[in-house]
Amino acid sequence: MTQDERTQQLSESTHPQTVVVLSGGLSHERDVSLRSGRRVSEALRSQGLEVVESDVDSALVPRLAELPGAVVFPVLHGEAGEDGALREVLALLNVPFVGSVGSASRVAFDKSIATTVVADAGLRTPVQVALPHEIFRELGAQALVAALGRQIGFPMMVKPSRGGSALGCSKVNRAEELPSAMVGAYAYGPVAVVEEFIEGTEVTVAVVDRGQGPAALPAVEIRPDSGVYDYTSRYTAGANRFLCPAEVGPEVAQRCAQLALTVHAELGLRDISRTDLIITADGEPVFLEVNVAPGMTETSAVPLAIEAAGWSLGKMCADLVRVARARDTADRAALETPAAVS
Amino acid sequence: MSETATIPPGDETGPERLRAAVARPQRRDTRLDNYVNRYAARTHGMTASAIRALFSVANRPEVVSLAGGMPNIADLPLDVVGSTLGQLVVDDGRRAMQYGSGQGEPAIREAICEVMKLEGITAHPDDVTVTVGSQQALDLVTRIFCDPGDVVLCEAPSYVGALGVFRAFQCEVAHVAMDEHGLDPTALREAIEALRRAGKRVKFLYTIPNFHNPAGVTQTLERRREILQIAEEADLLVVEDNPYGLLGFDADPLPAMRSMDADRVVYLGSFSKTFAPGFRIGWVLAPHAVREKLVLAQESATLCPPVFSQFAIAAYLANHDWRGQIKIFREMYRERRDAMLTGLADHMPAGTTWTVPGGGFFVWVTLPPGLDSHAMLPRAVTARVAYVPGTAFFSDGFGSRHMRLSYCFPTPERIIEGTRRLGEVLEYEAGVNATFGTVAADEGTAQLGRAYDAPGANQT
Repeated sequence: MTQDERTQQLSESTHPQTVVVLSGGLSHERDVSLRSGRRVSEALRSQGLEVVESDVDSALVPRLAELPGAVVFPVLHGEAGEDGALREVLALLNVPFVGSVGSASRVAFDKSIATTVVADAGLRTPVQVALPHEIFRELGAQALVAALGRQIGFPMMVKPSRGGSALGCSKVNRAEELPSAMVGAYAYGPVAVVEEFIEGTEVTVAVVDRGQGPAALPAVEIRPDSGVYDYTSRYTAGANRFLCPAEVGPEVAQRCAQLALTVHAELGLRDISRTDLIITADGEPVFLEVNVAPGMTETSAVPLAIEAAGWSLGKMCADLVRVARARDTADRAALETPAAVS
Repeated sequence: MSETATIPPGDETGPERLRAAVARPQRRDTRLDNYVNRYAARTHGMTASAIRALFSVANRPEVVSLAGGMPNIADLPLDVVGSTLGQLVVDDGRRAMQYGSGQGEPAIREAICEVMKLEGITAHPDDVTVTVGSQQALDLVTRIFCDPGDVVLCEAPSYVGALGVFRAFQCEVAHVAMDEHGLDPTALREAIEALRRAGKRVKFLYTIPNFHNPAGVTQTLERRREILQIAEEADLLVVEDNPYGLLGFDADPLPAMRSMDADRVVYLGSFSKTFAPGFRIGWVLAPHAVREKLVLAQESATLCPPVFSQFAIAAYLANHDWRGQIKIFREMYRERRDAMLTGLADHMPAGTTWTVPGGGFFVWVTLPPGLDSHAMLPRAVTARVAYVPGTAFFSDGFGSRHMRLSYCFPTPERIIEGTRRLGEVLEYEAGVNATFGTVAADEGTAQLGRAYDAPGANQT
């Protein structure tokens, strides 16, 4: 695109108040995403913004072309939305959007890579091994399963390396349960992570940047009735006790906040993220995973944290849109300077 | 700068920020459901499910869905239906849009008796109660017969929607084995005896004799007689659910069980598959005493079933060659059944078997040992094909080696493409299973403590 075209496109920004909320997609979390999308859309409408709700399909690119100047708010969970692919496309199309860029999302979405980056930053993570299905076939599953038992120990967690909502995740207590847990994880993708099970308090911390730098929201503590925060617990209203702020001392709360902020910074995340962690009995937070498109459903933790912070979901979402638009304007202005063009 | 900032409450305005930074926000302790302690015990089983969530992907056009049981109404003559409805409003709109009888309108009850004649049933319109689809018929029948803890005998597997109703009324479901001719009489006898020995109250047998959902098999005439004989001996009530009876591809309809025993059989019928499901009109044919309870139950549930729908269907049946229309539907479904069977023969890996339905909507597939249809569904959805795992059709978690495939809705080309994708998924999954040796483990435990298996192929 030439500078003239860019300038022209800028002047054609006839939808400065329009937000395109993307939800749905073809991931396993489509249903959750649709629910999050509806909630974010309503929140934005409550702030007077014009909202277009859109699925991700072959009509999306033409739809965006008809709405120059609109900001995209991706509320897509799982593949395409969180793995960075769609965000790369938005960048390619010069469409401003809320949230992390494609490359950072890709790293955050893959549990095996994100855990390594976070561990390298000096934060505590579970002992973890990431293994593609083929390696078991090539080297023989029995030997590898035995080695996993020795290295990681029981109980352990088996998860698809890419995915959310605890889909395909299982807690493995005995060696005999490991093979079927591996099969369950591989149903969601070609790589599985096997990691040490950390006993402790389950907590999630949202980090939001409304334009003044990233800030951690009060931690949300999750106590599932069933003992496991699995898909059914996550999306059945009433199946968990949520405490916000978490029932931990101020010092531990501060450590959790610090951990989430460090994760956000180390992974180069933008605007909003949610870090899931476990607090051990001695008060140490351990990183589990981070989400670049945290759930916003009626049973999700982030809206609860927003409320505990004394914010409104609508104002926060509108601020994120404003930040994305300002970033876009700044980027375009920079491109228009002769130095940037040359 | 704000790297280490933690947001205090009320940070949206400056002065508040200062105040709030001192006080910790009050802790909110919530279940995100303010009604959680108020629900009835029967509501506690109503939870979110990952499998159900996956079906929201299945409805996207990119996915070949062999999961749904949606009738294909593309061949309905919309002009005829449209003019019939238009005329209905003009001629009789004030009655058709008014409240009506709790039992259902006389005109449609008479027409229902005509429809049932095709399967050998002689009935009086007085004994028909109109319902909101036959799904509500199931609800009303269970409501008037079952207390919590009562046992309902069901085929293994059984219709998922019926299992849901029985669960909602806190019934216990006891599955009874099937074979290629439907419900197994020996297994039925044994189940009744075992349950009575255990002091259980068995309220009725729920059976789908024609083109079973999900098993795809049909009870032979001889089998129907045997089952009724056992029911007679055991003084057992039979609920005969027959939504697909007129959609046979190869032969005239077999006589309904109700045609052989008017006192012991409560019969459920529906216009959803022979006309259109959107009108939500089904019915129960029951002995008069039962019918009286059904009408009272219907009045408390809906006051009256949808009057406009009843008038509309009665007018359609009166003014249109509905028998000819059913023939058109049958041919359309036969073509799709054939596509499904061709696709399965071409694309299923060795060791996979399936039933060959003589009508209806469904094929029941048995997977090679070790494959788990429930665990495999995410992989199938990724490969853009969907099915219903066999576990949906059992109340006790059994069925993971089976899946239900429907051929009613997609085009024949899409059905074949769906089986091709499914074949690849099965091959890949078999590879993963082989790697982890889960085949042998599954074989050892699958049958433990179970008095039944699901039906295998009904033809070889």
